[in-house]
Amino acid sequence: MADHGSDQFAIRVRDLVVGFGEQIVIDHLYLDVRKGEILGLVGASGAGKSVLMRTIIGLLPKRSGHIEVMGVDIEGSLDHSDRNAAAIWGILFQQGALFSSLTALQNVEFPLREKLALSASLMSEIATAKLEMVGLTPEDGDKFPSELSGGMTKRVALARALALDPAVVFLDEPTSGLDPIAAGEFDDLIRTLHQTLGLTVFMVTHDLASLNTVCDRVAALADGKIVAIGSMADMLRSDQPWVKAYFHGKRSLMLQPLAS
Amino acid sequence: MSSVPLLGETIHGDTIELVPSGSWTAGYATALENLFDVVSPKLQKAKGLKIDMTGVRELDTLGAWLIEKISRHARTSGHSVAVIGVADRYTGLIDDIKLVNRDKPVRRAKRYPALTNLEAIGRSTFGGIKEVSIFLQMLGALGTAGFGMLRRPRSLRVTSVAYQLYQVGWRAIPIMALVTFLIGGIIAQQGIFFFRKFGAESYVVDLVGILVLRELGVLIVAIMVAGRSGSAYTAELGSMKMRGEIDALSTMGLDPVEVLILPRIIALVGALPILAFIGAMSALYGGGLVAWFYGGMSPPIFLARLHEAVSVTHFEVGIIKAPFMALVIGIVACSEGLLVKGSAESLGKQTTISVVKSIFLVIVLDGAFAVFFASIGM
Repeated sequence: MADHGSDQFAIRVRDLVVGFGEQIVIDHLYLDVRKGEILGLVGASGAGKSVLMRTIIGLLPKRSGHIEVMGVDIEGSLDHSDRNAAAIWGILFQQGALFSSLTALQNVEFPLREKLALSASLMSEIATAKLEMVGLTPEDGDKFPSELSGGMTKRVALARALALDPAVVFLDEPTSGLDPIAAGEFDDLIRTLHQTLGLTVFMVTHDLASLNTVCDRVAALADGKIVAIGSMADMLRSDQPWVKAYFHGKRSLMLQPLAS
Repeated sequence: MSSVPLLGETIHGDTIELVPSGSWTAGYATALENLFDVVSPKLQKAKGLKIDMTGVRELDTLGAWLIEKISRHARTSGHSVAVIGVADRYTGLIDDIKLVNRDKPVRRAKRYPALTNLEAIGRSTFGGIKEVSIFLQMLGALGTAGFGMLRRPRSLRVTSVAYQLYQVGWRAIPIMALVTFLIGGIIAQQGIFFFRKFGAESYVVDLVGILVLRELGVLIVAIMVAGRSGSAYTAELGSMKMRGEIDALSTMGLDPVEVLILPRIIALVGALPILAFIGAMSALYGGGLVAWFYGGMSPPIFLARLHEAVSVTHFEVGIIKAPFMALVIGIVACSEGLLVKGSAESLGKQTTISVVKSIFLVIVLDGAFAVFFASIGM
């Protein structure tokens, strides 16, 4: 649970550099995510949004810099010290990344089984509770990932990400591939769970509607740096050329009333 | 900050008052479950239940569910339940958790083992019939496409056939030659070793010659081709199916059998006899070398004996089988490829099935040919 103590930031990224070979993707980047907020990260395709997220969660090695999640140092790529960090965050991957050999319920039980010593009955009750909290029925729990629709897959993946009641949840394009109704429902779900569970949410997204309705703050990534960060209104007022192009393009006309 | 969870209890007459405190979070899962197990039998006696949540410093789904489980249990037994002192930030969670685990999942009806076995037998029988029909359908589709190709020879995809010939024929030569070379050598060594006891070493040439030309040359090559090229066909077509490429072809008005499958099978039917020939020669070469170094039979003598021992008939019996085996391998590989469903798991499963089934069918076909040739006296 988010505990408003001395440190008010859930994620702190300091002077981060990430690159592959000659290419520098993240170039001396600074980013703070406050506890209990929903931060949306936007950026052009290939600008390094996913790289940034994967570096923060320890899947990619960093060249230099400092990353802290809920007061825990994230060192380079995953090693044993980071295994303990697995309980402070939950991750919703873009394609769900559900284990295909396990049913939906078993997918949600998996982190509980691995990390906690619980009786089988309590574990399945907790897992069913999570499935119901993300809007699925206990019957859906018996289905295999191949039998789930895109929206259901994302919901099960979210239930799995929330299985251990993490303080921070990372969402990689949570609404991509969903129809507007399902995407809207998913946005509501994120909002509701954010309130009930007191989550900090770090969300990579391209969905302008999600950014507008769900996010407390938006950060824009361009040229390997955070070029603008603030509320939606701040974004719309920004003079940074890329941010301007992004939020004032044809597809963002629906946001215009907010700008004035 | 987090602290060890506790559960105080006081009894006022018929009412039991529970006072949870500390961190009721997943981090203390084991401790929490123990607390729950200790307290739940005592609840049976009490008429009323009061839970004072004032002391709870942290609460997550796990803790909230345990509290809910205690109070729900008491409520269903008809006792009065009061939960008080819930901090504002946790009311949403407490309210939400009241809604979950309400309906018990429907238990599947228990099934009798004998009936299950009977069902499995029935299903596999019908499955077998279905597989025969899939094989025949693919054969029919190939026949149609083949006739179409004969009527309009220009519709044959020459580039594709040439590419597949290169893949399954030319590039397979080294491994086929090596394997059959070793097999020929092994047969010769075993033959010499055992025939020596009867002083009949020279008959090893008959053994190697007839066995390799009639049976083993083509059989080993066909099995290798099933494993090497058949699996590749299944995987290629399967991944095309997965990515919707086959649907894309159909929507453009093209027949996937004509575009993808016919060239592959023509290439396989063309390549396998050549590979079988190379394999047979390589096996004879291996046998000859072993006869020379291990059995002390010089190459001219080996060749002379070979000339007496084998006739063109033996070679014909072997090589006639090759195109039929190629056809079976190709049909099985391609139809299994088209049976791939959406997942990568199914691709792997279908590839395994393809290899196992085509090797099985190649051996069955070889047996059928043996009976046939024996009855016509070849």
